[in-house]
Amino acid sequence: MSQPAISVSGVSKRYVIQHESQHDTLRDSLHHSARKLWRRFRWGTGFTSEEFWALRDINFEVQPGEVVGIIGRNGAGKSTLLKLLSRITEPTTGSIKLRGRVASLLEVGTGFHPELSGRENIFLNGAILGMSRAEIRRKFDEIVAFAEVEKFLDTPVKRYSSGMYVRLAFAVAAHLEPEILIVDEVLAVGDAQFQKKCLGKMQDIARGGERTVLFVSHNMAAVSQLCNRCVYLAQGTVCSVGPTAPLLREYLTTQITGATRPKAVRQHPEIEVTEVDVLVDGRSTRDVTTGSTVVFVLCYRCLCPDSFPSGFEASFILYGNGQKLTNFWSNAGQGTAFPASHTGRIVCRVPRWPFRTLSIDLEAHLNYRLANLVEIPGAVQFNSMDGDFYGRGVIPHHAEGMMLLDHRWDYTTTTDA
Amino acid sequence: MSAPAELTIEAGRAEHHYWRDLWRYRELLGYLAWRDVKVRYKQAVLGIAWALIQPAITTAIFVFLFDRLAGMPDGGAPYPVLVLSGLMAWQLFSAALSGSSGSLVGNASLISKVYFPRLIVPLSALGVALIDFIVVLGLFLAVALWFGHWPTWHWLALPVFVLMTLAAAFGLGLWFTALTVKYRDFRFIVPFLLQVGIFVSPVGYRTDFFPNWRDLLALNPLTGIIDGFRWCLLGGQHALSLWSLGTSLFLIVLVTASGLWFFRRTERQFADII
Repeated sequence: MSQPAISVSGVSKRYVIQHESQHDTLRDSLHHSARKLWRRFRWGTGFTSEEFWALRDINFEVQPGEVVGIIGRNGAGKSTLLKLLSRITEPTTGSIKLRGRVASLLEVGTGFHPELSGRENIFLNGAILGMSRAEIRRKFDEIVAFAEVEKFLDTPVKRYSSGMYVRLAFAVAAHLEPEILIVDEVLAVGDAQFQKKCLGKMQDIARGGERTVLFVSHNMAAVSQLCNRCVYLAQGTVCSVGPTAPLLREYLTTQITGATRPKAVRQHPEIEVTEVDVLVDGRSTRDVTTGSTVVFVLCYRCLCPDSFPSGFEASFILYGNGQKLTNFWSNAGQGTAFPASHTGRIVCRVPRWPFRTLSIDLEAHLNYRLANLVEIPGAVQFNSMDGDFYGRGVIPHHAEGMMLLDHRWDYTTTTDA
Repeated sequence: MSAPAELTIEAGRAEHHYWRDLWRYRELLGYLAWRDVKVRYKQAVLGIAWALIQPAITTAIFVFLFDRLAGMPDGGAPYPVLVLSGLMAWQLFSAALSGSSGSLVGNASLISKVYFPRLIVPLSALGVALIDFIVVLGLFLAVALWFGHWPTWHWLALPVFVLMTLAAAFGLGLWFTALTVKYRDFRFIVPFLLQVGIFVSPVGYRTDFFPNWRDLLALNPLTGIIDGFRWCLLGGQHALSLWSLGTSLFLIVLVTASGLWFFRRTERQFADII
């Protein structure tokens, strides 16, 4: 086997967070130093500054021609890793070896200037991404054709529609020809049709087999289509490295937080909700996928169950995208009230979870005869992601819509004229 | 493509290929300077005429103040020509300094998203100042001819003084722009310094008639530069003091070298704190 195109060994990145002062201004900093000096003089200690390790001891290798996805939740360190790989910032320890010309694409349209025309921005942006003038000249027509902006080449880009702007920006980036390409979340732009085109372009790049690609995305469908291998980051460390399919499963089912003891806005002196949780496959999780069976749990403690003879009702209300998505209310769904006891666990099963990529707030209520006893908004926040809803072994990749529903197709033909 | 270049990234390693990278990214330097020039007078009706209007009005005011009101000696040169020759040097310096001082923060989005030797950013900011300077040079030529002053061989030395001006502005600009990344206070300090500087520097008056003050004024690197500009543009009618020129050169080398040192030392953190 040849030498790896990318080898990362023992890489860590530390940021220092200062609690006492933000030192945004010189005055703050002077004031801060003076106080620090004074304290040191009196107690022999400075101010507290907390170290934060965005990445810790990262090791992995990528062979030439591989397309590797980097997955992980927000704050797992993906962006920091890409920043280190693209030399924007330096690692605190460890070393990275890159063999080949590197281009990184952390944002679409970096350095675009609104006052300049499309033509001028192609040259400027190309230069920023590391293309030579000759290279840009050679690809100019291709870039323009891909972006579909021929007519507006000499219009300042500030007059472009946002779609045109994004298309032009991606087109420049897509025509980079480095040996190693580092891409962050750039497919999440533009309209559905253009996203498809971008994904297609990325696939061409990936299939070519000449280029090594590192690809970060939250779009699991895109990751599973493009990458043969993935690096799964969690809390700044490499959780696992391996073929995409099993790793994605691991990623989607890992539990990240246990049940929470939620804060109620409406409380009852005799009842306490001790736990609200989201389960998939019997395990607590904050990530659910379309098509899986999702279980909502509410546990309570009650001092005097006898005062609630007709039993409790519960409801789980889901908010996402700034609107109420749905309300699961035991009374409406089943006409059920659950007998009251000293401790109880009320469970709501949702088979074939319909929602696609969304961040969801779960509000939990415990009711008695239509009255709210306990009300907990934002009891749990969890993420919903694309999954194999139709059970066909593939993750449906639509760019639009926020849910999938069961449906059936049929057709009839008419023969009369 | 040739054999793949191997690149190692580790803490403190960037030094090794910094100057080579700077050379490799020279096209980007050109593009950034070109962008700033191109954008500067966009959507301004008068466009590049603004580069002329400001010095013309400032000259008129200075002639009124220093010549008419204060009655400063002109040493045989027409006063407007005298003022404009000093003002050109000053404006080149002040535009270059304020451009490079604000350059890193002005390009924050680039710095946090793309790698390139950061020195390119303050360097490219000098381009705009230089273009404006060339326009004003045209104005000066017109004014000088109007007053019957023909260019002499002294003019040939002008590029040397232009370079000195740019170096002085660049050196100081490096300090200010690196400091602005961390302390935004310098955004207020720089304009204030420039406001004061135009009076502290001998823009509106000549130095060779104040022998007592000359040594003191020479502590300002701009004094040597402005003297140099006048020596060139007034065809030697303005005596060139080697003492003030020497002090200027020394200060410029000092400020540029220390600026480069400070910039390189802080550069690694730019992307993290900008």
